[in-house]
Amino acid sequence: MKKPAAKTFRTTYWFGFSVVIVMLAAAPLVLPEFWRRFLTEILIWGLLAMSSDILIGYSGMLSFGHSAFFGLGMYGAAAALLTVSPPNLWLAIGYGLVGAAGAALFVAYFSTRLRDIYFAITTLIFSQIFYVIIFTWTEVTGGQNGLTFRRPALSIPWLYATPFTNETLHWFVLAVVTASYLILRRITQSPFGMVLQSIRENEGRTRAIGYPVERYKMVAVMLSGLFAGLAGVLYAIQNRFAAPDFVYYLVSGETVIFNVMGGIGTLVGPIVGAGFFLLLREAFSRFFAEYYLIPVGIIFIAMVIFLPQGLLGFARGWLNR
Amino acid sequence: METVAEFISSIPYDQIIIQTVNGIVAGMILALVASGLTLIFGIMDVVNFAHGELFMLGAYIGVVVLSATGSFWLALIIAALLIGLLGAALQIVTLRPLLGRDPLTTILATFGISLVLQNYALWQFGPVARKIQEPFTGSFQLFYLEYPWYRLLIAGLSAVIIGALWLFLKRSTYGIWIRATTQDRVMAQAMGIPVPRVHTAVFAIGAGMAAASGVLFGPLVGVNHAMGLDWVLKAFIVVVVGGMGNLGGSIAAAIFISLLESYASIWVSPAQAVIVSFVVLILTLLFRPTGLFVPTPK
Repeated sequence: MKKPAAKTFRTTYWFGFSVVIVMLAAAPLVLPEFWRRFLTEILIWGLLAMSSDILIGYSGMLSFGHSAFFGLGMYGAAAALLTVSPPNLWLAIGYGLVGAAGAALFVAYFSTRLRDIYFAITTLIFSQIFYVIIFTWTEVTGGQNGLTFRRPALSIPWLYATPFTNETLHWFVLAVVTASYLILRRITQSPFGMVLQSIRENEGRTRAIGYPVERYKMVAVMLSGLFAGLAGVLYAIQNRFAAPDFVYYLVSGETVIFNVMGGIGTLVGPIVGAGFFLLLREAFSRFFAEYYLIPVGIIFIAMVIFLPQGLLGFARGWLNR
Repeated sequence: METVAEFISSIPYDQIIIQTVNGIVAGMILALVASGLTLIFGIMDVVNFAHGELFMLGAYIGVVVLSATGSFWLALIIAALLIGLLGAALQIVTLRPLLGRDPLTTILATFGISLVLQNYALWQFGPVARKIQEPFTGSFQLFYLEYPWYRLLIAGLSAVIIGALWLFLKRSTYGIWIRATTQDRVMAQAMGIPVPRVHTAVFAIGAGMAAASGVLFGPLVGVNHAMGLDWVLKAFIVVVVGGMGNLGGSIAAAIFISLLESYASIWVSPAQAVIVSFVVLILTLLFRPTGLFVPTPK
């Protein structure tokens, strides 16, 4: 009896998955430029939120420092695009990932000794360290003004290169985000992911069984940091600049908001949350101008109290099968 | 010998003494902010992300009342009372429903509150920094500086407020209830202590203390909507370094960290001196994660 049910589930899941991907892929062909860009940004922020879901949703570690990884990815990409000419897409991604991995190693080593609230606070403080360094080290990082650079060409190394158009950029981002989703989903279902979830459920017992909990947590933070860095690279390529504002703690806070709004522990939830948040921002900006965070913040508080599972919380079990 | 003497004579003693005074003054203010935070944390397991915003709103109320009445002391008292009330209201509306849930959800809720309050202040008062006039302008000669008496007064007043808090916790009925709730919430409830009301009171007291420090500190720096974050970050560091939920530890840690930052600012810019406190935090976490100023746990 069990097998056919699993099989139907798998068919529905992959069917739904393909429909969503096809719709997202077709979007730039139908949407006007403003909304095309909006959608691309949702995907990028969604990737950032999804990366932190590995910690928040699957390992039970609330990270308030994802802006550090995002920002280091951004500045890493900037370094590659400014120093190597002609600007190379894959080198930008490589540099960005190295930057984010460096930050993640540093943060992971120190903060995984702590749990719960202490973890949240230390990740926040670490991200502010990176912020202060980037903000004050003007000669290298451009300080408050940040760095601007040219967008690299979409290339397959040694074979083919063509400048990004709006559509290809969207498809490139979509491909990266989809691949990241599939990898992250595979990871959460692997034995490694199961250990992370058991740490979330009962850390003491996981340790008692004999798992080196700290090492698992460090790997989780590193992994999460890498994908956050990838999001930073994508953002840098999309907007052609890197600025210290993106290392500021508010970005980490927004990442957490995306997760909570969309539903933690679902991977797709955070992307939906990012979309929901950005739509709310768009809608309220029309009435409240730059003070849109007043109504959005109130909605967020209400969701924390009344809808802690988030928008996709109802589908959590289903999405993780 | 020659080099040693040269080294000793090259130490800027005057600057060190000035920075020591500065550090103690900043440390007392920080202790006032952090003791509210640690009180709230110790009793409710709530990390109050909005603490810096309460500090900032307190300073703004100080600005408004001061310009309306001209009395600094009235501004101080009204700001503390109003923000205390605001704190009680916030606690009832947002934190009370979360009682008994994962403590992490309270970080989320208070983070939401901080966003709302910060943007409210920006909306209401605009991005330009406001100034609070100090209540008196006397100063004394400290080496080459005219050092304002007001700064010493702040340190003294902070000490008085913290002392009053300590007495309140030690002696009054409410204080005893608060300490009982800290030790064992369920048992305290069983003994008939109105725990929800105690929580609200504690949040109000913490908020009031944050507001008072905001008004006291207002004359030294401009009052603007983003001033909260620096303080709440520093207060977090203090609370971790001092040992979570430990009042004496936070005060010692506040002064320790502020002194280090003051000394560091002899050589680097104040923006970079902040990193010193981050380093202290990292070292603490590495070697003594329970906090520097607490007895070694058995």
